[in-house]
Amino acid sequence: MVMARKIRILVAKPGLDGHDRGARIIARALRDAGFEVIYTGLHQSPEQIVSAAIQEDVDLIGLSSLAAAHLYLFRKVMELLKAQGAEDIMVVGGGIIPEGDIEKLKAMGVQEIFPSGSALDTIVDWVRRHVKPR
Amino acid sequence: MSPLFKEDEVAGIASARQAWQKHLQEKLSASPPRKESFSTVSGRQIRALYTPSDIKDFDYRTQLAFPGQYPYTRGVQTSMYRGRLWTMRMFAGLESAEETNERFHHLVNQGQTGLSTAFDMPTLMGYDTEDARSRGECGRCGVAIDTLKDMEILFNGLPVDQLTTSMTINPPAPVLWAMYIAMAEKRGILRKKLGGTIQNDMLKEFIAQKTFMCAPEPSVRLIVDTIEFGTREVPRWNMISISGYHIREAGSTAVQELAFTLADGIAYVEAALQRGLDVDAFAPRLSFFFNAHIDFFEEIAKYRAARRMWADIMKKRFKAKSGRSMWLRFHTQTAGCSLTAPQPFNNVVRTAVEALAAVLGGTQSLHTNSFDEVLAIPTEEAATIALRTQQILGEETGVANTIDPLGGSYFVESLTNETEEAAYEYINKIDDMGGMLKAIERNYPQMEIADAAYRFQRELDAKQKIMVGVNKYVVKEEIPVDIYHVDETLEERQIARTNEVKNSRDQKEVEQCLERLGEACAGNDNVMPYLIEAASAYATLQEMCDVFRSVFGVYHDPSTF
Repeated sequence: MVMARKIRILVAKPGLDGHDRGARIIARALRDAGFEVIYTGLHQSPEQIVSAAIQEDVDLIGLSSLAAAHLYLFRKVMELLKAQGAEDIMVVGGGIIPEGDIEKLKAMGVQEIFPSGSALDTIVDWVRRHVKPR
Repeated sequence: MSPLFKEDEVAGIASARQAWQKHLQEKLSASPPRKESFSTVSGRQIRALYTPSDIKDFDYRTQLAFPGQYPYTRGVQTSMYRGRLWTMRMFAGLESAEETNERFHHLVNQGQTGLSTAFDMPTLMGYDTEDARSRGECGRCGVAIDTLKDMEILFNGLPVDQLTTSMTINPPAPVLWAMYIAMAEKRGILRKKLGGTIQNDMLKEFIAQKTFMCAPEPSVRLIVDTIEFGTREVPRWNMISISGYHIREAGSTAVQELAFTLADGIAYVEAALQRGLDVDAFAPRLSFFFNAHIDFFEEIAKYRAARRMWADIMKKRFKAKSGRSMWLRFHTQTAGCSLTAPQPFNNVVRTAVEALAAVLGGTQSLHTNSFDEVLAIPTEEAATIALRTQQILGEETGVANTIDPLGGSYFVESLTNETEEAAYEYINKIDDMGGMLKAIERNYPQMEIADAAYRFQRELDAKQKIMVGVNKYVVKEEIPVDIYHVDETLEERQIARTNEVKNSRDQKEVEQCLERLGEACAGNDNVMPYLIEAASAYATLQEMCDVFRSVFGVYHDPSTF
């Protein structure tokens, strides 16, 4: 009997932003919910994040940004995933994301945005409902 | 010790209190209390009532004394706000030096009394705007500074010999300070006339704020260089702002904020003493920076405990003789993490309450957050409301009329004592580990904070802790707020300016300056004179920081969660 593989998630901090409180809390909450979680640590370039996602064979990337560079950095990640034929890896984002930017990010292919203040259970439920092991 | 309360009187109050407690329980069993237990935002249990029996050994002259007297519990200065209100210092930085200079002028025209500079992420990390790692980040959460040219524009028309300037900068702090000194001297202002602060607190970066460059040991060496240089040549400057703010923002409790900050302070004093500096020469130039979170009394107790503890540490542990060495002077910022993106106008109220705690706690300077800071860089209008909040507190409410108005409150004194005891427990534990550098290596403070942050988030999710608009009183339709938008052409403009500077400077001179800086780093010379020389020759921020990186190596995030 083949056991269903656990969902694998990369929690990533793109760019120079050092605010890691949210990303680390979410990494813990996802791990506690039974997912396999890899945390990149801080100060990762989009290239590093995409290569980690492919190497670790993850199903979902969670990008965290609290220093207002999300439009540039998230777009970069989406472009690189596509360029490397890995666009089936789902991407979500969170942090300080102004309302007006959410549609722009979704238009790039980011599946969902969880602004600061989102409940952990909301995020965990979303992952359960939307992410299947690839 | 000479306790203020008579022993038998305290015993009488204690037993009368027990009887009252029984009465209270009866009342509450008829109509149950709002909550099963009452605790601060940090999770400290709070009793229904405080009486003299909660501070039975209260000794006025040794525990409080008078403002300006050891142990400075009631305030470091004798006159406190009777002499002069706290410095109203709004943290500002946006886009390029021109836009920030304009914001500085606006704030000064509105009655602000000190400057405080926010840098963008590339500057904070010691990269020039044109570096690949900086792309997309220029000017987005502060001002971009690549060279002395930007520093000149930033302070254009501002009287830097009269206003004090704070710079929130850490790994590249010596470089930005060198640029500031070079800027002033080009204007003919002597460095000994300059007043201000560089944050320059690397230990809390490893613990909480996470802007890194080199490993902890060389980082501390650079800090001691600034302390040594400033003590000798820039006597009005605070060479470090030992910061709890970011520790708290990362999710710590009030006690952790206090304990880790003082433990960082201890590590810096030890390092400066090892360099052979005289404690009473440099200790008066150490300053502190705390958070003003939403739990009003917990914060006031924290500031009062902080002053008493630092005075004690400096006097007993480090044998300081001058009172000034024992002063814990501190800046306060209201808690960014207490603000909510939903219903953002509510943040004005939160900030006012937090600012009031800072004032009642005796802060020396204060930044009040703008209500829109949780969404973006503040607009001018939002920043003005935040400044007005301080002016209303200072000039309308009467709270600054008397010094330490909560001193003697059974509750506040009891909470101050408890906070102090709990913070000493942490400090003792860190001492046992061999000091803060060793504790950081073991990831100890980092994980203590992560645990507290996770616990708090779980409590929020379970509605054991409330944030209005987030997990209670939630509304569907938000009132739209106009937020600040950064100009998209900024990055290219900034890169162009830096290229112009590079093309017009004496390249050979820059190379020689950087070479000498490298030799100073590799040897024992103080780096500051070499940095000032390089900054004056228009070496870029990254050129100077790359020297640090090549000599000292680069530190990477341990990536734990």
